[in-house]
Amino acid sequence: MIKFNENKAIYLQIADRVCEDIILGTYTEAGRIPSVREYAQMIEVSANTVARSFDYLQQQGVLLNRRGVGLFVADNAVEAIKRMRREVFLSEELDPFMRQAVLLDISEQELLTAYRRHLNELKK
Amino acid sequence: MNETLNDNLIMQVNRLAFSYGWLKQKPVFTDFSLSVERGKVYGLLGLNGAGKSTLMYLMAGLLTPKAGEITVGGNNVRHRLPSTLSNIYVVPEEFMLPHMSLREFATLNGALYPRFSYDDMLHNLAIFDIDPNIKSLSSLSMGQKKKVLMSFAFATHTDLMLMDEPTNGLDIPGKSQFRRLVASQMSDDRTIIISTHQVHDIDRCIDHVVIIDHSNVLLDESVASITTKLRFVENGTAADADAAIYSQPSVMGYSLVLPNTGDDETELNLETLFNATLANSERITAIFNSKNA
Repeated sequence: MIKFNENKAIYLQIADRVCEDIILGTYTEAGRIPSVREYAQMIEVSANTVARSFDYLQQQGVLLNRRGVGLFVADNAVEAIKRMRREVFLSEELDPFMRQAVLLDISEQELLTAYRRHLNELKK
Repeated sequence: MNETLNDNLIMQVNRLAFSYGWLKQKPVFTDFSLSVERGKVYGLLGLNGAGKSTLMYLMAGLLTPKAGEITVGGNNVRHRLPSTLSNIYVVPEEFMLPHMSLREFATLNGALYPRFSYDDMLHNLAIFDIDPNIKSLSSLSMGQKKKVLMSFAFATHTDLMLMDEPTNGLDIPGKSQFRRLVASQMSDDRTIIISTHQVHDIDRCIDHVVIIDHSNVLLDESVASITTKLRFVENGTAADADAAIYSQPSVMGYSLVLPNTGDDETELNLETLFNATLANSERITAIFNSKNA
């Protein structure tokens, strides 16, 4: 099957952006996030698209709708996001990486060394 | 006709026929129908001369159909009831503004719209970075006039907003400001119809795409439905292009439109969608008509 390098639908790109902002702490767990309209205005996208994106994040357990109060980041949102991202990473992103590694005869040892080097750099 | 009005529809265009003049003029519409939903931003697309501007003037009750009717909130727009007209605003592609101050203009014209808010107009002008202290509207440049009229238009809070090529003549920041204005002014009751050729100016602002060619509605689908049924690929190979519904060369290879058989959705490319629909409308129609469970 041909796998294209496609652009994701806008609502998914928005969801990614919100998730990133939660991991980075721009929006904190249990904290409030902007309203659909505020967010739509900020990124110049249709409010209905943003609403769809926020609905999707509610289904994923990242956002929480407190009726009459507004939308909040879930208490364990960071964990929920990492769980989502891990699935995507393992099922989609790791595949082409491994394929390249095999095609280019990168040895297990080389991979492990590279992985440890990155780990050390991140821990600095 | 069904007695119960569909609350979700703001406007219905019913078997419309229209032509300019009496003699050999080719009719613009012979039998055109369209239903427009509430709470959505529509992108109205079509080639030059397809009838987009004419349709907007008909929707606003400014032209008389030869046959058929257009209803907004259940009332025929051609009856020009004050209650109907005060709920529709049309921003034409080209227009003149009178030699008067903005304050005078807003006072005179705002009176025609019961929900007009001067403060909201100031808020909209601020988005466009326009100083509201304008002594004479007629001395503004075309782009400035557009920004002023759009700021006024959204402040009328009409349920139906018709905009003909709104981004034409706007400067570079103006296009982004326009998108911000649209995003901030949308509500569940309001419908905005934007007719345009500048697809990249508005592609992320719209919820629904209508492509017309005289009496034919070639496409009438929500963006969500489009991306569910179609995939848009920007870097396809020549081999992929052979298998696609539509392909056109792009910087990264081929821009393609393919049937979407999976669960993943790609970003809508309005330009390729438009070209694909014009080139192969039967195939596109068939994809949307096939209801796979």
